[in-house]
Amino acid sequence: MTAAVNPANPAIVTSVSTEPFLQVRDLSVRFSTEDGPVQAVDGLSFSLERGRTLGIVGESGSGKSVTSLAVLGLHDRARTRVGGSIRLDGAELVGADEARLRGLRGSRMAMVFQDALTALSPYYSVGDQIAETYRRHTGCGRRAAGERAAQMLALVGIPSPRRRARDYPHQFSGGMRQRVMIAMALCCDPDLLIADEPTTALDVTVQAQILELLAEVQQEFRTAIVLITHDLGVIAGIADDVLVMYAGRSVEHGSVGQVLSAPRHPYTMGLLASVPRLDGAVDVPLRPVPGSPPSLLAVPGGCAFHPRCQARDLLPDDPCGSRRPALLGGDGGDGGDGHARGEADDGREAADGHAVACHLGAAERVAFARRTVEAKPNDTTRTEGTSR
Amino acid sequence: MLRFLIRRTVSAALILLVVSAVTYLLFFALPSDPALLACGKQCTPQLLATIRHNMGIDAPVPVQYWHFLVGVFSGRSFGAASCPAPCLGYSFVNGQPVLQTLLNRFPATASVALGAAVLVLTLGVGAGMIAALRRGKAADKVAMGLALIGASMQIYFFGIVVRYIFVDQLAWLPLPGYTSPGASLSGWAGGMLLPWITLAVVNVATYARFTRSSMLESLSEEYVRAVRAKGLGPWGVYVKHAWRGAMTPVVTMFGIDLGLFLGGALITETTFNIPGIGKLAVDSVADSDLPMMMGTVLAASTAMVLVNIAVDACYAVIDPRVRAL
Repeated sequence: MTAAVNPANPAIVTSVSTEPFLQVRDLSVRFSTEDGPVQAVDGLSFSLERGRTLGIVGESGSGKSVTSLAVLGLHDRARTRVGGSIRLDGAELVGADEARLRGLRGSRMAMVFQDALTALSPYYSVGDQIAETYRRHTGCGRRAAGERAAQMLALVGIPSPRRRARDYPHQFSGGMRQRVMIAMALCCDPDLLIADEPTTALDVTVQAQILELLAEVQQEFRTAIVLITHDLGVIAGIADDVLVMYAGRSVEHGSVGQVLSAPRHPYTMGLLASVPRLDGAVDVPLRPVPGSPPSLLAVPGGCAFHPRCQARDLLPDDPCGSRRPALLGGDGGDGGDGHARGEADDGREAADGHAVACHLGAAERVAFARRTVEAKPNDTTRTEGTSR
Repeated sequence: MLRFLIRRTVSAALILLVVSAVTYLLFFALPSDPALLACGKQCTPQLLATIRHNMGIDAPVPVQYWHFLVGVFSGRSFGAASCPAPCLGYSFVNGQPVLQTLLNRFPATASVALGAAVLVLTLGVGAGMIAALRRGKAADKVAMGLALIGASMQIYFFGIVVRYIFVDQLAWLPLPGYTSPGASLSGWAGGMLLPWITLAVVNVATYARFTRSSMLESLSEEYVRAVRAKGLGPWGVYVKHAWRGAMTPVVTMFGIDLGLFLGGALITETTFNIPGIGKLAVDSVADSDLPMMMGTVLAASTAMVLVNIAVDACYAVIDPRVRAL
């Protein structure tokens, strides 16, 4: 579908109706901090169709929230430089003026924040806050907007919505508050919904309800959803595609089935191994990914993951610390410092839309995956010995 | 709301009771004898006793205080002079019940206080808002620099300098003083101009700095970002949402200052010779007029207590979370 589009000539893109609904190309976000410049997002590309859900996974500081803010244009304009391209339904958002973005925010693209208690103003009733958005974008009267607010509260499953619309955020439970947040995001029928960790602040049973609500809403309104989370369980539950981010870059990108059941990046494998599985043996210990994500002020050279990577010993010439692997195998290329081994030569995996940025070739990956499965967390030395 | 008001009125009455008791003890237990002062040079012991009795200071201090309290509710008489309820004492220096003098002086004080309050609030909050929104830019630095200079000023210095330059030398401003607004509105405003400007310059700084930091804090709140994500413009983001959250600490400070102003801006009123309660307090000290001193203290505490009730009511209006308490 995107193959027909010539990225070098945007004029063609607008005229071709097959352009993805949301297309992010080579997005980079850089801002200056007191400690120096930070490249929070670097060369990120993805696309999303209406009615589909893209899950963006990563640890804190991997750039996933910065990406969502850049799409909405909510970054601090004075200190942030956004490069690349973000096209919503054919319209370029990078560099668009604030007034135009303001018109899109809340109406065509909306955001659900992580903690509804801090993201809803404590000073206005929830009905007023929903109505405010609706009036802003429709210009309708107070009464009609109030009606709409009650209607939206009903849609997200809040009992006696008319009465509850007059209540303030602190009078709601955590789950109900998140429903209010979703109602507010949806009140102008947005085409794109960005949900930044929408269930992280909730307890597990409520999490499931909120995800179900998002899925229902999506089915009804064909909303495109970008779901940002660090929870692979959430991704498995509702996403169609997954993008794994590490240190501001996309390291693996594919369909949920591809990424979760046949991960190609050691980081993704590590993330999966650190999550408890209901279908696995109960006594299998969880294996956290060792180390912690790098500070964006000092991203390691080469592959940013290499200091934490447990598969490096499989590559005798150890390119990980010196050359950055390109994201290969997907529909969008992403220039690294050199070709990844394996795919670049045989190209066998390059066509299935499952992209990975790693120097490991297919054979080494299989070896590493097998080792990861067999390994017990406290005898890594022996495993390393046998694998050589 | 009704329960809140009842509760606060009762506590206000208790506070005033305590304040009156403490001031009474402090002032009337002093060794200085107002009767002796009033008695004059040809004083006889009999005359002194009569004066003592008329002043109501011939009884032990706790009994005197009891008489004072009774007088508040039922009035009393001091010799030939009568002091109808609510009687806060009788000033023999002025030959008037204390309350009467306070009421006569209050309009001048209120004029100074309200005008200064309006100026301080609009200029201070406005400058603070601009500084916060232009953080780090020239406007911010200029506003904060001026604020610092203003905050370093003292009324008795700044007021006199401004008066010397703009009234005495350039004659741009009218002579400060109090004219009843009923008699001449322009005369009233003209006479108040200098006290207003002085009080404002000295206090605006605090409000500007306070508003700025409160506003910056508010702007970093997640809900302000969420409001931007809803597509609201600058008015909605900065005024309706961010400012609302930034108001509470400013209201707290304003309550304290307004209470102080209404209790009589001692230095300002003395500097500009405004016949208000502050000037009255200073004069009564000079005249050793104990009942009047006590009256001014009570007036100041009453102003403070009432304004604080208003401030607490404002909290409830600003923040719905307070209403639930």
